[in-house]
Amino acid sequence: MATPEVYIDSEGLAEDQRSLLGKLAGLCRRQPLGAAGALVVIAMIVMAVFANLISPYDPELAAFENMLQAPNADYWFGTDQFGRDILTRLIYGARTALFVGFTCAFIGATGGLVLGVASAYFGGRFDLILQRIMDVFMAFPLIILALAVVATLGTGIQNVIIAITIPFIPQCARVVRSSALSIREIPYVDAARACGFSDLRIILRHMAPNVMAPYLIMLTTFVGQAILLEASLSYLGLGVQEPTPAWGLMLQGGAEEYAESAPWVPIFPGIAISLAVFGFNLFGDALRDLLDPKLRNR
Amino acid sequence: MAKLLDIKNLRTQFRTSGGVVKAVDGISYDVEEGETVAIVGESGCGKSVSAMSVLRLIPDPPGRIVEGSIEFQGRDLLQLSAEEIRKIRGAQISMVFQEPMTSLNPVLSIGQQLTETICLHLGVSEQEANKRSRDLLGMVGISDAARRLKQYPHHLSGGMRQRVMIALALSCEPKLIIADEPTTALDVTIQAQILELMKDLSRRLGVALIIITHNLGVVARYADRVNVMYAGKIVEMGSAEQVYHNPQHPYTVGLLASVPRMDQHRGKRLVPIEGQPPDLTRLDAGCAYRARCRWAVDRCTAEIPPLEELADKQFAACWRSGEMQALRREAS
Repeated sequence: MATPEVYIDSEGLAEDQRSLLGKLAGLCRRQPLGAAGALVVIAMIVMAVFANLISPYDPELAAFENMLQAPNADYWFGTDQFGRDILTRLIYGARTALFVGFTCAFIGATGGLVLGVASAYFGGRFDLILQRIMDVFMAFPLIILALAVVATLGTGIQNVIIAITIPFIPQCARVVRSSALSIREIPYVDAARACGFSDLRIILRHMAPNVMAPYLIMLTTFVGQAILLEASLSYLGLGVQEPTPAWGLMLQGGAEEYAESAPWVPIFPGIAISLAVFGFNLFGDALRDLLDPKLRNR
Repeated sequence: MAKLLDIKNLRTQFRTSGGVVKAVDGISYDVEEGETVAIVGESGCGKSVSAMSVLRLIPDPPGRIVEGSIEFQGRDLLQLSAEEIRKIRGAQISMVFQEPMTSLNPVLSIGQQLTETICLHLGVSEQEANKRSRDLLGMVGISDAARRLKQYPHHLSGGMRQRVMIALALSCEPKLIIADEPTTALDVTIQAQILELMKDLSRRLGVALIIITHNLGVVARYADRVNVMYAGKIVEMGSAEQVYHNPQHPYTVGLLASVPRMDQHRGKRLVPIEGQPPDLTRLDAGCAYRARCRWAVDRCTAEIPPLEELADKQFAACWRSGEMQALRREAS
């Protein structure tokens, strides 16, 4: 039986004694793509946190005298149809993207974690019914389900988060359940029951930490997916509304009308979305390799 | 002495696609306070299931306790609510499992696992639980307890982990510990240590022990009373002395003949029990052991022999147990 081992093995102990910097360098050597992904992720986080410090202009203030300027020394990425600096809006857009990304991913993955572990722990009829409900949700493509939710609840950042979170929960629950099923069979779960612990305690304290590896991997991929979904919904006009800076919205504003006359308007947000999703996916892949004991020691 | 645990006519069954498995089929036995009872039998005879049934740890579905009563200090455990049985588990009756390598949670430290149980059942503060954990580790013979508490299960060897499991089982001053093959997964040298420790602690703390094992050596040395199980039923029951020196059921005779003994001359050959235990989904009206029994007679096919008292508190379920002594002499 494959036991997910998330704890450090004896070799990991030896690694502890090396300096943090040395460990980081070793990590970059073994996982160059993952390191690149991590760099993108960190850059985005820095951009989002310090947006008001590093961005040169106001993201929402229209300046019609500067409409649709091509990239130049003052406006590195040019300006949009309202004369707003694209770079500034990209930086602030990272805030929206990350906020939506992390919130959805965290709630979705955590909800899935609890449901998945509970499903595996209780088994039987509970498992059967819960998994069939999950099947219903998984039958819809992500974007369709999100569209349906937004159509019901209306637009706005809060509803976008709900719309993106709902399809995440069954996805994570399914993956976590399969790991939890193998953990359910390890005697320590029965030992915990023999100690008189309640079901909730066994699920949260004894089983959930042992399925952290798939949980964390799902979490990082969800961030990328959530950013993409939020951009898609905003692009379709169902997500974040003007004048809030959001990458999908910037793409929508620029794509149809200015694709030829002012290509910088759609190109830069497009690049930002691709790069962000790419970064999070690379990061998630590297994380999976690191957490998988079978791949770790190569 | 007072009866601590009194099991009457317990039946535990598993519904599988191949039919209903009668894993435990109407067994009755009791455990007195402070005494050590061994349950002996080969793999799949229902000894573990009978023990798990006591704490109602049988996974349902597919398992179910269909009949019987398990009285513990006068209360029927089978009638308790889920909440009430949880208060008994770990506090009044605790368990030591077969696999020390996997019976501890790999992501929690030894200290966390001990204090968690102590806090839950004794309701003491964390410092007190910590102190008690250290004392417990000392009691089970683990030195440098303060450091061990911070370690994780993978830092410890198998014998060490089993000691931790015993400390965990003892943590809330239970009245009864059920040890499900506590030494099967350990080295022979460690086995004796662990059993010696359990026996010693049980004597000192007055805890009753149910030891489930297939090792007759364990029985001879550590048990006060022995229940021999075969195909979900108890076939022989008596004091360790009686069962060891004067077995009354052919299965017990067979088991004893198949292990080496110090009290026999050295040239004696070991005699294995031929064949396989029966399929528990297809038990018929006869004695389950008859296909492997060298002394089977026609009556064994027709009727299941009841468990009857033969001598002073020695019971056996065999039609020919009256002539067993003569049959044994004849065979040897």
